[in-house]
Order: sequence, then structure tokens, then C-alpha cells
Amino acid sequence: MKVVPGPEGYMPKVAALEGVSLPSSPNKGLLYGEEVDEEIAMREAAKALLTKQNPTIFPGPKILWGWSPTAFEEAEAILELAKEIPNCRIIPMPDYRPKYPKIDPEAEINPNHPNLTILHNKIEACIFVGVHCHYANLSLRMIRAGTNCFTIAICGELGHEDAMVTLRDAHGEKIRKFKDILVQVRNELGIQWEPKLPPPNPSLPKENWETISFHDYGEYVFLLMPKKGEIVTDTE
Amino acid sequence: MPEQKVVDPDYLLLEAPRERKFITGAQSMAEAVKRANVDMAIAYPITPQSEVMHLVGDLWAQGYLKDYYRAEEEYGAFSAIAGAARGGVRVFTATSGPGLLRGLEAIASWPGHRIPAVLGVLTRVVNAPLSIQPDNIEISYLLNCGAVVLHAENQQDVFDFTLAAFVIAEQVDVYVPVAVATEGFFVTHAKGYVNLTPEDMKLPPRNPYKAPVPPTDNEIPPARIQRDAPVQKSNFMSYLIHAVWQQEVWASTTRAMKYIYKYLGGPIEVINPDAEVFVVASGCAAAQAREAVRYSQMEGLNVGLVKVKAIRPFPEKEIREVLKNAKGIVIPEHNIVGWLAREVKAAIPNNDRVVGGPRVYGGMTLPTELIMDEIYKILGVKKDRKVLV
Repeated sequence: MKVVPGPEGYMPKVAALEGVSLPSSPNKGLLYGEEVDEEIAMREAAKALLTKQNPTIFPGPKILWGWSPTAFEEAEAILELAKEIPNCRIIPMPDYRPKYPKIDPEAEINPNHPNLTILHNKIEACIFVGVHCHYANLSLRMIRAGTNCFTIAICGELGHEDAMVTLRDAHGEKIRKFKDILVQVRNELGIQWEPKLPPPNPSLPKENWETISFHDYGEYVFLLMPKKGEIVTDTE
Repeated sequence: MPEQKVVDPDYLLLEAPRERKFITGAQSMAEAVKRANVDMAIAYPITPQSEVMHLVGDLWAQGYLKDYYRAEEEYGAFSAIAGAARGGVRVFTATSGPGLLRGLEAIASWPGHRIPAVLGVLTRVVNAPLSIQPDNIEISYLLNCGAVVLHAENQQDVFDFTLAAFVIAEQVDVYVPVAVATEGFFVTHAKGYVNLTPEDMKLPPRNPYKAPVPPTDNEIPPARIQRDAPVQKSNFMSYLIHAVWQQEVWASTTRAMKYIYKYLGGPIEVINPDAEVFVVASGCAAAQAREAVRYSQMEGLNVGLVKVKAIRPFPEKEIREVLKNAKGIVIPEHNIVGWLAREVKAAIPNNDRVVGGPRVYGGMTLPTELIMDEIYKILGVKKDRKVLV
């Protein structure tokens, strides 16, 4: 099966059940369901991000809430990558619970109805990173069923058959390698771009890092944990 | 309890030295649990169980397991297994016949909850009139639950499959339960030679953070006071996510195949791949089929064996390839419905080549002669039947 952008239709096919296997080694990736060297997959992913409308990065909980040096490094690498993609946006997938009565599609993406965010923002190329594999697979398949979005899965584990491009064992170093290849492809395509951070999420209140308190995190406050040795006095 | 050192799973399963012991199938399953670094076991072991969970209880008493308890009944046992697994520990349980069916709703929910539990299924009769005799009809109920299902022929398979099951279940791209089934009594109560890995070696502990779903750890409040459960009720979910969620379960089961190749040498074993007639069998019917193939070779008949080790994922491609030139296919089974024959018929072209039988059930044994009769019919061999009194 060739895993290409949709919309595929009412009920998506399952790449894993159609003979697509995950990349067999850490330096391999999948491109449209075929195993290739990861550099080839990275180049195609870069082309999609540079040429399609509204490229967007969806960081998941493993990066957003990961209190580990690996997660910090990945988050930094993702920001470095985002700076290099012209007009890139970052829309988080902070958790996996269904959002009711209705999701704010400009603020977040959710695996229960990812197409609302994709279609509302007219996203034609996206990166999933730091999303637990189960939920990434659900989202990737639903997006392929209902949208024309080119999906790229940067996975810290074994990868995802249902994305157009997947990289496996991808942590900070590999994300930076992808960034370097993207810059190279951007130069080859003659696209002029000064690196800069994506705009702040328009649906979230502006954050002042000097005065921010737990209350500013609203309903996500329960996800905050003090760092080791840190004494938090300002709590609910 | 000897001090156990943690070793690499590949080393333990594929390279570690082995010691030969003469033990029952139930003991064999418990020996695998002993080496699997299991944290917790929960069961409701009554007749018609096997000794397995009693032996695992002994392991707990010896200190191999951190916790063990007897639940109020199977539904409770298997629901508690789900909770323990989502809490991050490595779990094991076993059941049989009516117990499996009583807890089947909970088992059917395990794959969707991404529960990498290992389940021993020591098959018994499930129909009325109640019996505690061997019969593997219950496997047919298990086949559509979304779990990986392995079917062990003998005591050695029970050990190898069970130990490998823990490793396969916890692969990030699999992460669904693995059931290891074998015939109650014929395998569980009978002794056979088993090559065991060293008693002082065990698998690494489970790492619940290397998973396709977040574990329920200290950062997540208990489900009771949680506003949003890890697996949400359906009111606020689209039909499509239910659909792709089910797809993900079956995709995960399919991904187990590469690990079945790695750790079990593949989903099927083939003897005489150029045979004219094949006997396809799983579980202890494969032992009788193996004997039938040996008889046939002694009589100069070109007969081969396909032993099916993995029932889920079902090795359609492999079976189709082996059977492509077969003139006839005999499928002996220990149940009345012939679930293996159905699976094979659905997988191959020209499936009128399949002889769905012989089948024995209700505790009856499977004489090799019944399999030979079917082979003779296919090959047109006339035999005088002698009745020994």
C-alpha cells in the first residue's frame, strides 16, 4: 500500500494490515509506506513542509510535559526546527481526552477529532512529535481519511506506518539533523527565510514568564509538577 | 529463592544455556513465570483450572513475585489485571474453559486499553454437560478479542511461548495481551522433557514509560477522582476514533509477527515442505499430526506437517505459500467447531482441498489412526481396518 495524503474516504485503510512494516533499523525511515534511508525521507518531509500551506508542528505530551533531559533537548530541537520552517506554527496536543463541548481548533489538536484542527487551520503539512504511539496512529489514520494533509511522524520509538514520512528513534540529535536537511532543501528551492520563532498561540493568553503563576495554566494546572528540590508556595 | 540476575531478553530467549527437566505443562508455565520478572499475578483458580496459578502462588510465597491475590471471580480477576497493568507492573494470569468465558468481556477490553498482560489458557470443555476434560473450543471465542494467541503443542512450547510472550507483549509497537494456550490435562497434567533457561536469570523489569500509551503514574490522579479517564467513555468521542482504535488493536497484533519470527522461529513449523498431503494442526493435535506424518513416511507416503504456533496473528501468507501445491489438507482438532479449519480455508485458494477433521471433543483423545484414515482417503490408499479387542 502506498501511504499518500488523503482524503482517503469514509473508512481509512490500516497501513500495517496492508503490508506496510515499520522501519527495520534506526537509520531507516518510511516514505509513503516504503522503507528508505532516513535522509531520503527527511528530504521529502522537508519539501512538503516548505511547499505546502500552513506547515504546523503538533508537539505531544512526551515533550510538553516530559520532565527529563531528553524531553528538554527534544523540545529545544523542535523549536530550532520550527524557526527554520517559513510561517510554521506550533499547535500542541497537550493530552488525549476528548474536548467537550467543542475544541478550540486554534489552541490545540486532539486525537479524538484531529481533523477539526487540521481543517480549521487549513494545514497541509504537519509534524507529530512527542505523541504516544497509540494516539499518534489514531490521529494519523483519521487525518489521512478526512484531509489532504501531508503527515510526518517524528517518533522516539519505532515509527508509524500511517504517516507519509516517519522517522524512528528520533530524539534531539536526529531532529537537528532533520533541521539541517530542511535548511539545505530550503536553500536548494531558493526560499528566503530568516529564522524566527512561530507566532504565539492566538487562543492562549500572553504569558509573562516573570509573573506567571499556577493559575495561568487554567485547567492544565494539575499537570504541573514542581522540579526536584523546588519548593512551591504559590498553589491552589 | 536463588538470587536472579537480570539479563537481556534476546540472550535469555535465544542464547542462554538450557537445563533439561522432566516436568508437567503446568510446571513448565510456572517455570517461565519464575524467569519473567513478573510483578503481580491475580487469578481465580478453581476446577477446571490446572495447577498453574497454584504454582504461581508458590512462586509468590518464595519471593519471585511482588504480589498475588485470588480475586472474587474471573471477571474481577481480569479487570484487576487491567488495572495493575495500566499502573505499570508486569502481570500474569491463567484460566480455562468456563473461567475464560466468564472473564472474556474483560479480556476483550485489554487490547483496546493496551494491556500487555500474559494470559495462560489451559483449555477445557465449556459446554453443558459440565466437564473438566480437555477440549479447545474456548480458543475460538478468544480469537476475535484482539490479543496475540499462541498455541503450544507440548511442555517445551509452553515454557518457550510463555517466556517469549512477556517480551512480545511489551514491545512498544505491539503492546497488546498475549495468550498462551495449551490443552488442559493432555499437556498441563502430563510430563515431558523441557529445556529450561537458568533459574538464576530473569527478564529485565517492565518499563511502563516505554509504551504507546501513558501509564497511570503518580502524575495522574486515580480514576475515581479523575475528570477524564485514560480511556474515555464514548459520548464525547466520534465513531471514527472508535473505528481507528479497533484498527490499531489489530494492527498491533499484526506487528507481533516479526517478534514471533525472532523469538519463536516463526508462526509455523513445516516438516516435508514438498509433501503431497499436509496435516495442519495446532496445540497438542500437532503432536498427533507429527506422529501421523512419521507413520506416513514409514509407509512411503509423501505427507507433511504444518504446525501452527501463532493463531493470532494468523499466518495466512505463510500457510498459503506452504499449501500452494498440496493435493489435500487434513486438519485434526480438539473441538467440534473446527476453528482452525475455518481459518485455513479462509486463507487459501481452492479450499475444497481441506478435510475439516478428524475432530475429537468432550475430553476424547485423538488417535493417530483417525488422521491416517483421512490421509489414506486423499491418496486413495485402501487399508483393511483391524479391530483389536
